Amino acid sequence: MSKTLFDKVWDRHVVRKIEGGPDVVFIDRHLIHEVTSPVAFLGLKTRGIKVLYPERTFATADHNTPTINQHLPVADPLSANQLKALESNSNEYGISHWGLGHQKNGIVHVVGPENGITQPGTTIVCGDSHTSTHGAFGAIAFGIGTSEVEMVLSTQCIMQPKPKKMRITVNGKLGLGVTPKDVALFIISQLTTSGATGYFVEYAGDVFENMSMEGRMTVCNLSIEMGARGGMIAPDETTINYVKGREFSPKGEAWEKAEAYYRTLYTDADAVFDKEYTYDGSTIEPMITYGTNPGMGIGISQHIPDAEHVEGGVATYEKSLGYMGFSEGDQMIGKKVDYVFVGSCTNGRIEDFRAFASIVKGRHKADNVTAWLVPGSHVVEAQIREEGILDILTEAGFTLRQPGCSACLAMNDDKVPAGKYAVSTSNRNFEGRQGPGARTLLASPLVAAAAAVTGVVTDPRTLIEELV
Amino acid sequence: MAYDKFTVLRSTAVPLPIENIDTDQIIPARFLKATERVGFGDNLFRDWRYNADNTPKQDFILNNATYSGKILIGGKNFGSGSSREHAAWAIYDYGFRCVVSSFFADIFKNNCLNIGVLPVQVSPEFAEALFTAVHGNPAAEIEINLPEQTITLLSTGAQEKFDISPYKKENMMNGFDDIDYLQSIKPEIQEFASHLPI
Ligand code: SF4
Repeated sequence: MSKTLFDKVWDRHVVRKIEGGPDVVFIDRHLIHEVTSPVAFLGLKTRGIKVLYPERTFATADHNTPTINQHLPVADPLSANQLKALESNSNEYGISHWGLGHQKNGIVHVVGPENGITQPGTTIVCGDSHTSTHGAFGAIAFGIGTSEVEMVLSTQCIMQPKPKKMRITVNGKLGLGVTPKDVALFIISQLTTSGATGYFVEYAGDVFENMSMEGRMTVCNLSIEMGARGGMIAPDETTINYVKGREFSPKGEAWEKAEAYYRTLYTDADAVFDKEYTYDGSTIEPMITYGTNPGMGIGISQHIPDAEHVEGGVATYEKSLGYMGFSEGDQMIGKKVDYVFVGSCTNGRIEDFRAFASIVKGRHKADNVTAWLVPGSHVVEAQIREEGILDILTEAGFTLRQPGCSACLAMNDDKVPAGKYAVSTSNRNFEGRQGPGARTLLASPLVAAAAAVTGVVTDPRTLIEELV
Repeated sequence: MAYDKFTVLRSTAVPLPIENIDTDQIIPARFLKATERVGFGDNLFRDWRYNADNTPKQDFILNNATYSGKILIGGKNFGSGSSREHAAWAIYDYGFRCVVSSFFADIFKNNCLNIGVLPVQVSPEFAEALFTAVHGNPAAEIEINLPEQTITLLSTGAQEKFDISPYKKENMMNGFDDIDYLQSIKPEIQEFASHLPI
């Protein structure tokens, strides 16, 4: 029978099907961090059970870590406590642990791929919804709750019904200044934040085929923002070249076997999806959000839509615009920006800093803007230095912080103050996500750069053209 | 973690007719720093419930004594966003045992089922009827009957069936969780794993 890419990977991992219930699904790789794992370990202790396969779980500290002075003790006692718990739990159960200061430390969804933990055709879970990132490799990867973290620790399985399947195809040539982030924000704006709930998405079409692994990760990362459990892209040469030779990637004979398997991972020509959407990539503009969910995005040159043109209740829409301090019909270009955040598992990789640098090069940070540039990992940080990007940033008046989730969820001190506007390359513009009362405009690293040097929302294409 | 068995719940309800209530609203990230599962109910809807100086916001429904009960009725797409199970814990810890909405986000729904909060998905029309009834009469009672899979507005008798998988239903009715089940099939899992590369 014809199968989709998703079917092939899922079916291979089903240990048992329960009649009238979920599938028992085996998990190849489990990533944990300090925030959603402590209670799971506590559960193991209470039940008196062990971690079944410690070699399949990897711990990194990221959600709650400071992004400056990481060599000093963590000041917040509660954060310090969580970091200590992650370390002692990892040690106790024999799990590899990349804590603060470790050279492999970084955001969980950045370090997984970097180190070859993420491999095509595997199942990957983590107590973080943006686990969908790893789908870029043709893996089934999704976020789970703490109860499920405990399940994976104790039995390497979770229990979930097989989701429905959706394919989103985007063909065409992307315009100037249009990045993978814009493609994703565009799709979410079309589907809304709940448009893919209950589905697992496959992205297809030449727009994704032509993307780098970094770009594909950005797209898959944002799958959850349209409600999807996850998103995936069939592995190809780009994928295989990326995975080959990384620390945890298979080697020698095992690699040959693995590669042969990777090459079977595609959707059969006549396989059927429960839902399909197709878009023309050439019509996508650089995007920006204006509201309090990632579905509230528009092309940067456009005006905020009227309530009557938006799906959903008017009251909710007005509450959202009220929170943002915006009105229907407002133009986004020219709106004042107070903060710029470049980072997160969505856009905290080397390509994102290259993109940011391409615009700020030879320009200067606007005085009214506070900029937080946070690499996704130490590896990214090192690349930024090696490639000379740090010099460009420094010259333009920017400083680089240390890796971590930072202002993506504002659990540490990197909080945008109430009422302030932040152009962020992260993934959520929910009320208070970047700090109580903070107002977030989600956008690409190019749009973030344009805002950082002009102090207002600016179409990055105008700055790119100046350079040409 | 063990939770109370769920069979039939009869209670008044708290209406929150806002769409896309995300888990950052249910419990903001800065309250996720605990290493134990205690006290999350205090910070349920923290930033809607309290001002920056920790005084209650009078216009928020949880601060309005007129409304109370073990059932929370939310707007469409309830629980979107982060996978934090803390959101479901906060709801449970506050005293809710059931959330009703016309649409739930996936991970949140799953988390609820894993910890003993029953997510009941109703039609948009039925959700509207519930909001109207409870706003009109905060003492209006709702019955959630898990064995029958029905939700009933007792004042009018209006009723709807809701979906739940037979497996999850049995778990909820007995207070079991998935870990109990998985533990019981561990040899089968180990046999399966022995054929997979690491
Ligand atoms: S960067 Fe943000 S979305 Fe990514 S793992 Fe960290 S908190 Fe989650």
